[in-house]
Amino acid sequence: MGAGVSGIAVEGLTRRYGEHAVLKGVSLEVAAGEFVALVGPSGCGKSTLMRLIAGIDAPDAGRIRIGGRDVTPLRAAARDVAMVFQSYALYPHLTVAQNIAVPLAMRRLSAWQRLPLLGPLLPGSRAAGGHIAAEVQQAAEALGLAALLDRRPGQLSGGQRQRVALARALVRHPAAFLMDEPLSNLDAALRVQTRREIVDIHRRAGCATLYVTHDQAEALTMADRVAVMQAGELLQVASPQAIYDDPADLRVATFIGSPRINTLAAEADLEGRVRIGGVPLRLLTPAPGPLTLALRPEHLTLAEKGLPARLETVEFLGESLLLHLRAGASPLVLRLPPEQRPRLAAGAEVFLGFDPSRALLFGPDGKRRPACVLRPEAALV
Amino acid sequence: MSEARLPNPAAAAPARHHHARAEAIAAWALSLPAILAYVLMLLLPTLAAVALAFTDYELGALGFSWIGLGNFAELLHDRGFLQSLGNTVFYVGVVAPGSILGALALALLIEAGSRGRTLFRAIFFLPVVSLSVAMASAWQYLLHPTIGPLNALLREVGVAGPEWLSSSEWVMWSLAGIGIWENIGFNLVLFLAGLTAIPREMYSAAEVDGVASAWERFRLVTWPLLGPTTLFVLTITMIRAVRVFDTVKVLTNGGPNRASEVLIFSMYQEGFTYFRLGYSAAITLVFLAIVLALMWLQTRVLDKRVHYG
Repeated sequence: MGAGVSGIAVEGLTRRYGEHAVLKGVSLEVAAGEFVALVGPSGCGKSTLMRLIAGIDAPDAGRIRIGGRDVTPLRAAARDVAMVFQSYALYPHLTVAQNIAVPLAMRRLSAWQRLPLLGPLLPGSRAAGGHIAAEVQQAAEALGLAALLDRRPGQLSGGQRQRVALARALVRHPAAFLMDEPLSNLDAALRVQTRREIVDIHRRAGCATLYVTHDQAEALTMADRVAVMQAGELLQVASPQAIYDDPADLRVATFIGSPRINTLAAEADLEGRVRIGGVPLRLLTPAPGPLTLALRPEHLTLAEKGLPARLETVEFLGESLLLHLRAGASPLVLRLPPEQRPRLAAGAEVFLGFDPSRALLFGPDGKRRPACVLRPEAALV
Repeated sequence: MSEARLPNPAAAAPARHHHARAEAIAAWALSLPAILAYVLMLLLPTLAAVALAFTDYELGALGFSWIGLGNFAELLHDRGFLQSLGNTVFYVGVVAPGSILGALALALLIEAGSRGRTLFRAIFFLPVVSLSVAMASAWQYLLHPTIGPLNALLREVGVAGPEWLSSSEWVMWSLAGIGIWENIGFNLVLFLAGLTAIPREMYSAAEVDGVASAWERFRLVTWPLLGPTTLFVLTITMIRAVRVFDTVKVLTNGGPNRASEVLIFSMYQEGFTYFRLGYSAAITLVFLAIVLALMWLQTRVLDKRVHYG
């Protein structure tokens, strides 16, 4: 995927802290107008990647291009990026209007023109100040902040502060827009609402957006593409649907999806037939050897015969039921519509089945293995 | 609904009442030592000093009489007292800004450096933990007009150093210099703590917003977010400076010709040299009024400007 002229492109980005490599040669492209979510567990290097793109931190190796321009040696002020921080990082002594105006004032006014009392008297100040005020007003209105312009951040709620941080980032129409866990300080209800607002804002602003989060629900619901990161490496970059249905790596499969994907130890015999505990399945894979077979909870079914398991508990989630089972040593989760609640007590012995086309195969290295489903009649041979 | 089924509130009341009274007695008994200590050690002496200020009592005198505001009227025309008040104002006016700005500059330098943070902090904090009377003798040697190293250094570059502690135009400057040296370490430690409390994200945000120079970063982030610390440092330093006594007593004893008398020194002289306890108490009240006025100004007026929200 080629990045447009005004996107973000990083190439082979490496960052070490002492001996520890936080980023191990990461390459990623965000096209103009695209929304990419960078998701991964805490400490995987996603915030470091964002800080490198913003120019707050410098890479040990690799190149960063923003808007088609190599910005690797430039400092943050000279890159055309805006960023929203987890803590919002608003200036507590400035009003909402002044906070939003800071990025414009820093770029358009000279140090003398920014002086408190003398500044407005200097030539050119008034005209520049008028433009800035108009743009601040526009950005504030777009985010529903027009009534709050004279307040200080301390007098605002968490959601309002978050909007001020967004307005401050968007007011100068940057080529790249970075967001570092902007929703993690909001309560659950507000988070879901703000998710949609941020997507709307992104559509209107239309700049390349990189959104860092540890919350897979945010990543899947908001982004055009999701980049899954672990231990300083990008495992997969794909559409939310592909990340969920077609993970390239076992770590992606287990990280995305709640409850966690089921994993079963399996092996492929010399003919390439996949077996679980010696029992052959209607699945073929090219290379023989040990495998991990992964299945989403909604793809497991209760059957007349198949994999024996014991029911441990049943969880009612409202829109679905979760059956927690154990097959030998492996814990399994099965998701059912609530109206199909089985009449089973804890400890009951059941059999599990699944559609082999839904099974995902991974090699011992964690990489995805191709699978081919045998037709039922072929399986009888 | 029948009345018999309702619990009878009257029956439960005496027990509850008894319990509440036992609890109140226990509370008073537990706070009694603290109340006694407060009354005996703080409240009574303060009230006694306030009362004394309106009498002509002298130590050893058989009686005293109430003279109302007589002591204060005398203070207004006492040239020695006015001189000492002026000296105190000068001392505070030099020591407070000097030690606050100096400490802030040092704190920023130490914070920006990568190594030796603890070492520098310890070095600058030494004057705070050392005994100021002992340190004063060291200063006496350093500032000695003929054998002191400072004037020896000045002679090397061809300048005739003044008599630091015994000329009336230099003595207050010298004392203020020592005052800055005494206070700077304490303020430095407070500023260092205040600096570490500023979230790193604020500096990152400022950088992304286009701040390019150290001065802009200081103006937009450091100085405003350091506001509460600065207010606290200002309050503490001014009160410590108004209280200056030991360096004056040891180094100059108020001289030459009363040129370095300060408020507490005058209070000490009147009370313990001339035994005019009533007059001395009046000076104490003036001192108290100044300290309270400073505290009021800082908590009521400035506090609103540094705690945003």
